[in-house]
Amino acid sequence: MTHVIDPDALSGATPAVRAPLAPYDDVTRSGASLRTFLHGLPGVDQVGAEARVAQLGTRSIKTTSKAWAIDTAISMVDLTTLEGADTPGKVRSLAAKARQPDPSDPTTPRVAAVCVYGDLAGVAREALGDSGIHVAAVATAFPSGRASRAVKLADVRDAVENGADEIDMVIDRGAFLAGRYLDVYEEIVAVKETCGEAHLKVILETGELVTLDNVRRASWIAMLAGGDFIKTSTGKVSPAATLPVSLVMLEAARDFRAATGRQVGFKPAGGIRTTKDAIKHLVLINETAGPDWLDPDWFRFGASSLLNDLLLQRQKLRTGHYSGPDYVTVD
Amino acid sequence: MTSVFEYAPAPESRSIVDIAPSYGLFVDGEFVDGSGEPMTTVNPATEEVLTEVATGTTADVDRAVRAARKAFEKTWGPMRPADRGKYLFRIARLLQERAREFAVLESLDNGKPIRESRDVDVPLAAAHFFYHAGWADKLDWAGLGPGPKPLGVAGQVIPWNFPLLMLAWKVAPALATGNTVVLKPAETTPLTALLFAEVCRQADLPPGVVNIVTGAGDTGRAVVEHDDVDKVAFTGSTDVGRQIARTVAGTRKKLTLELGGKAANIVFDDAPIDQAVEGIVQGIFFNQGHVCCAGSRLLVQESIHDEVIASLQRRIGTLRVGDPLDKNTDIGAINSAEQLARIRELSDIGEAEGAQRWQPACELPDRGYWFPPTVFTDVSPAHRIARDEVFGPVLSVLTFRTPDEAVAKANNTTYGLSAGIWSEKGSRILKIANQLRAGVVWANTFNKFDPTSPFGGYKQSGYGREGGRHGLAAYLEGADQ
Repeated sequence: MTHVIDPDALSGATPAVRAPLAPYDDVTRSGASLRTFLHGLPGVDQVGAEARVAQLGTRSIKTTSKAWAIDTAISMVDLTTLEGADTPGKVRSLAAKARQPDPSDPTTPRVAAVCVYGDLAGVAREALGDSGIHVAAVATAFPSGRASRAVKLADVRDAVENGADEIDMVIDRGAFLAGRYLDVYEEIVAVKETCGEAHLKVILETGELVTLDNVRRASWIAMLAGGDFIKTSTGKVSPAATLPVSLVMLEAARDFRAATGRQVGFKPAGGIRTTKDAIKHLVLINETAGPDWLDPDWFRFGASSLLNDLLLQRQKLRTGHYSGPDYVTVD
Repeated sequence: MTSVFEYAPAPESRSIVDIAPSYGLFVDGEFVDGSGEPMTTVNPATEEVLTEVATGTTADVDRAVRAARKAFEKTWGPMRPADRGKYLFRIARLLQERAREFAVLESLDNGKPIRESRDVDVPLAAAHFFYHAGWADKLDWAGLGPGPKPLGVAGQVIPWNFPLLMLAWKVAPALATGNTVVLKPAETTPLTALLFAEVCRQADLPPGVVNIVTGAGDTGRAVVEHDDVDKVAFTGSTDVGRQIARTVAGTRKKLTLELGGKAANIVFDDAPIDQAVEGIVQGIFFNQGHVCCAGSRLLVQESIHDEVIASLQRRIGTLRVGDPLDKNTDIGAINSAEQLARIRELSDIGEAEGAQRWQPACELPDRGYWFPPTVFTDVSPAHRIARDEVFGPVLSVLTFRTPDEAVAKANNTTYGLSAGIWSEKGSRILKIANQLRAGVVWANTFNKFDPTSPFGGYKQSGYGREGGRHGLAAYLEGADQ
């Protein structure tokens, strides 16, 4: 007989008979065991990964699917301002834009979250009110992560107390590159505890990890440690979110769910500026991790300028012609 | 707003190509009528008749060979090699300029997805002309002996799986080395060869240098048997290759054969699994599996069998089967009803032998020739699906435990065209590659082609090489490969 492949049976969404993380509960018992585990993960062939994303990049997205993709992408944006010059005024105007991205068309979906430095989380919380839009705050000595653990945890506590319900932490890249994987793991566990109810996004800063093997290993550390999201970059280091990096992180999230039953979200951040880039990411999710991740609960874009390009493309679909940058708001 | 990502259809416009109601033969620089009964060529995705094409008889073939001989003696042979190179460069540039036209026509006539004709077939065909154009005036330095001379008239017979690309593989080296050609395209896919004839005219190629005689097996036989042909080059099935070898035996004709294959794609337990799964897909589902070097036998190390199969099953569920002219299609139509019947027959035999057949739940169009991507697990080397060339989107999965066993199973075939190795360990790749009896061994990739790289087989996969410096030798007097 012919076996018809059932996609649901393959998704791994229901191995609920096992306790969470059951296959990996002793992986983090020592530095050596964690190292052995991480280095036992299948390698990543850089050339092959680049070829795969290049192939997916040729998917042609037209008309109805483009309209869907643009609206979905807008609803997935973490509208971000992370500058030393940020002021409460800037954050308030960003919050207003988050609630109503396109004043000329009230049917435009809202974004998922506003992402700010911890000290401005309170301003954002107040400005967003009960809109349902999340407040994400970067913490743990963002972007370098170079501070003592006590300072990093205090940073997290501060942001949560200010009203952030999502924390974007950076991992200790120095510890990772030195091979002290267990230190990286323990720090994420500690941050997660400190977060309380807040969702934790773990930034790997893949531009500093350099190899795709490192990206896969760091993704696994973050997921084993209880991160709710894995995120590529701070946006302060180049290269930031590249498609091969996104491919590897999505594969890691997919494999992790198949093994543990736990789904972890993914957030590429930095360098995604155009609708075309955003749609390439949606295609990548759809064909790598699967449509379960095509949801703001499981996927976010960390971006500041992407939203305006999405809005311009949306206006183009509605009106049939392109408008200039003055037809969308500056922030 | 739909709930999941459904790509809207993105069809390439077919208005870029004008298909005439009927086509003649291309002989001595002119389109002429054929004396045989005309045949039709259909779009395998819809079964729509595209046009009527002439059938060349023995007399027509004779006319074409005489034109080729005259061109060889009067114009092409005496021409300065650098000038021959200029013509080849011109053809290469014209192929690039008319790339979209060629891609659409190839997809219409062959059924392959536009993504592949656009991104693989046409660019590679142009690359072959560019590469060989460069050799035209440098043959003295090719390391093939002093002052190598062309053979004369080359009779070339090509298959339907890569109609334009196989034409380029045959015509470019023949012309670069100073030969003239009579080419017979496959009966189901003659249209891009006829468009290529137009390109030859556009390039002002002297009459008779390239002659294209369409028709079926009889026409091909007439080309191969013609007394005044100095060289025969054939790509196609092993059965036909055997007949040609018998015909040519004992004559002065030089012969190269590029025949079937049953390539092993070996995945070791330390392989980059995600990329290996992509490579398995590229190896067997590229061009609907109509690839002589397709990785149709997956040899996977037992310790990672389940993991690889689960990933592969998930992956083939995402392959998009359908309209070849849709830019999002991954797998197009099977080229002919006959080929579809053969694929069905061998797949049924696979099941009867006890292998497990896996197919995604994809909807196939009502009309046209279609077969979904298929994986057979629990295949033993004794099964016919592990030995016979299916030439379709059908993968047989076998397992091994040690590297020696992998090599033994990989070489246990009557063919020897290609193989693949997946491992993160470089030393293992080098060692295994040396033990495999296959013309091409890919490491951590599959089905990659380049004009600079020689291609050809061992055993029943044929003899001779095409492409690279080695490929030139097949068209030169006294040159050893």
